[in-house]
Amino acid sequence: MEVKAPIPVIPAPIWRNIKDLQEWEQFRQHRPEGDKHSALFESVTEGVHAFPGGFVLTTAADAFFNWARKSSVWPVTFGLACCAIEMMATFASRFDVERLGMVPWASPRHSDLMVVSGTVTIKMAPMLERIYDQMPDPKWALSMGSCANSGGPFRHGYHVVKGVDRVIPVDVYVPGCPPPPESLLNGLLLLQDQISHFRRTGQRAAPNPKVD
Amino acid sequence: MTHEEAATLIGEHFVGAQVQGGSPLAVTVPVDRWVALARFAKETLGCRFFAFSTAVDWKDGGLEVIAKVDNLDNQLSVLMKTRLGTGVSACPSLVPVYRGANWMERECYDMFGIRFEGHPDLRRILLADDWQGHPLLKSYAVDTPHPPYR
Amino acid sequence: MSEALSRVEIDYAGGERLTMNMGPQHPSAHGVFRAILTLEGETVVGVDAVVGYLHRCHEKLAETLTYAQYPSIASKTDYVAAMTSEFAYVMAAENIGKINVPKRAQYLRVLTAELQRIASHLLWLGTWCMDMGGALGGGATIFLYCIRERELILDLFESLVGARLLYGFYQVGGVRYDLPAGWGDTCRQTVSHIEQRIGEYESLLDGNPFFLARARGVGVISRELAEDVGIAGPLLRGSGVAFDLRRAAPYSSYEDFQFTIPVAPEGDCFARYRVRMAEFRESIRIVRQVLDALPEGPISSRPGLKSVAQIRIPKGESYARVEGPRGEVGCYLIADGSAKPYRMKWRGASFSNLAVLPHIIPGHKVADVVAIMGSVDPVFGEVDR
Repeated sequence: MEVKAPIPVIPAPIWRNIKDLQEWEQFRQHRPEGDKHSALFESVTEGVHAFPGGFVLTTAADAFFNWARKSSVWPVTFGLACCAIEMMATFASRFDVERLGMVPWASPRHSDLMVVSGTVTIKMAPMLERIYDQMPDPKWALSMGSCANSGGPFRHGYHVVKGVDRVIPVDVYVPGCPPPPESLLNGLLLLQDQISHFRRTGQRAAPNPKVD
Repeated sequence: MTHEEAATLIGEHFVGAQVQGGSPLAVTVPVDRWVALARFAKETLGCRFFAFSTAVDWKDGGLEVIAKVDNLDNQLSVLMKTRLGTGVSACPSLVPVYRGANWMERECYDMFGIRFEGHPDLRRILLADDWQGHPLLKSYAVDTPHPPYR
Repeated sequence: MSEALSRVEIDYAGGERLTMNMGPQHPSAHGVFRAILTLEGETVVGVDAVVGYLHRCHEKLAETLTYAQYPSIASKTDYVAAMTSEFAYVMAAENIGKINVPKRAQYLRVLTAELQRIASHLLWLGTWCMDMGGALGGGATIFLYCIRERELILDLFESLVGARLLYGFYQVGGVRYDLPAGWGDTCRQTVSHIEQRIGEYESLLDGNPFFLARARGVGVISRELAEDVGIAGPLLRGSGVAFDLRRAAPYSSYEDFQFTIPVAPEGDCFARYRVRMAEFRESIRIVRQVLDALPEGPISSRPGLKSVAQIRIPKGESYARVEGPRGEVGCYLIADGSAKPYRMKWRGASFSNLAVLPHIIPGHKVADVVAIMGSVDPVFGEVDR
């Protein structure tokens, strides 16, 4: 009796044209809370802008706060799989990230960045969401490796989430399997650039086609 | 004890067994002699090391449970196999004989749906407790959707 | 007031138990493992190990990938020692298909497997000491030293294969790449450097009273339990069983090399530590012997892969096992004559090793759980596959 291996059935994609995909991605990027500041803060900013040249103050303050934020991004150690080993190598002394101000910290309550390194499985996804929710704002997420970007080599598996951006909004994607520490450092520096574009009103700047 | 001596001993004690020579020694027994064969391997053949236990889904031929045990002192390996009938998914558990069968049989239950009688704690080990279906059966597609994540 | 002060003794009756979750994300740097501990005070009385947070469907995916495609996916089971995972799969396919592997390829496989063992043990030492010491409190010392040495070996791999951590180096019939010029000399220098550094780490740790207090007498695995549960590798050798697959069932020309098997009888964390430190030196010995004796010749008996379905293995089954840094990594393969396997089962060393935890942890304190987990050295790619 000849046994033949089964042919995998690939389900239809969830979007039919590129506009659906963009809309879905915008939906995933939506951050419900935390990007809003208090009404008092908004009114103070409005008041400062009412004076001629007041925008200079807010722009300078912006620059200062963004510099402070990007120089001290603390990643939460969220190593899931093979990429965790490369992440540990990046945190070690050869590809030091502590010179960029990034101290890896185990507790999500005290960290700014979540580096999702490794495959996200269906069993792990609720835990990941919970850890992400425990991080205080402003927070960023970096998807490291092809498994976190899109499911990676295990995309067709029954227990694998096709990319961590189905669970949390992601700011930087670092490709590779696993990305060598140089790539991860590149991604972290790109994240620092993104943070420097972060504006007071809490909305992200429109993507600059030259850089982003 | 060499593989030939072990094959002879098994042939004497288990009359209906099919023994295939070589290393490891592959022995197929019916389901009701499964635990007896394991006990024989542990006590008489001295195979105290439990390597692994798994199952195979031969689509129309039913499920087959496989376990491998080793004798570390003289490198005797016995690959024990038993064919469950078509549509049958119950098998006696090896946990009373080898403690290492605990997690291996939980994985067989998880992946194939085989219920092991006599297992102290039969529940899913790799997938979530409320997962529907048993993935390694040939009737389960590799990319079965699971809303909302896929 | 002449009554003496009465002394009241409050006896802890031990009736109150606390269930504590050591969740899938914890700083113990071993991956996604959840242990639900039942505590009585500070003592652990029960452990429920929940695994499966990294179940990536290897066995099902292997039925849909060909023999040429799967070895690089195989590296992702034991991702710290990726060479040994590929080795088992490729060897199983070659056993069924009776495919001959040329001598040079066999020696290269031994060379990379031993270098991988050194790299994996370096990572083990670094993360274990970091777990016991804390990330900012002295544990990071050994971690940074070990990662610094491991980077030297990863540089060697990068110049050989092109990748640092996960390779597609092995293929059915041999290996894929040959040594570049000058690689042998760099390898010898690296290995001598590491040998000297291992001596430094031993002098740091062997007499350190804090380390000894945390590792001696902790997590004793008896010989009978070890065999019954099926743990292998340094855990088995640390419990007094002198069993090493490279000596017991030699594969890929291991019988050509001289090395001893380190064994320690006590069965505690310190015994396993001594076994692994001795294994460093033995692996370095094997690497030097391979470099001295490396023959010329082809590196694969099936070179020039033109399509992914080119390798077809006839019907049959085989169980190939390899002595990985964590124990016996095995691949049970059932082939059906096509380019894809019918069934492939990974016998993961860490899966069997972790199964021993519910037997040895009860009775220890919470802090010992971390020390025991580190000395068991699980890699969750292998546990969950």
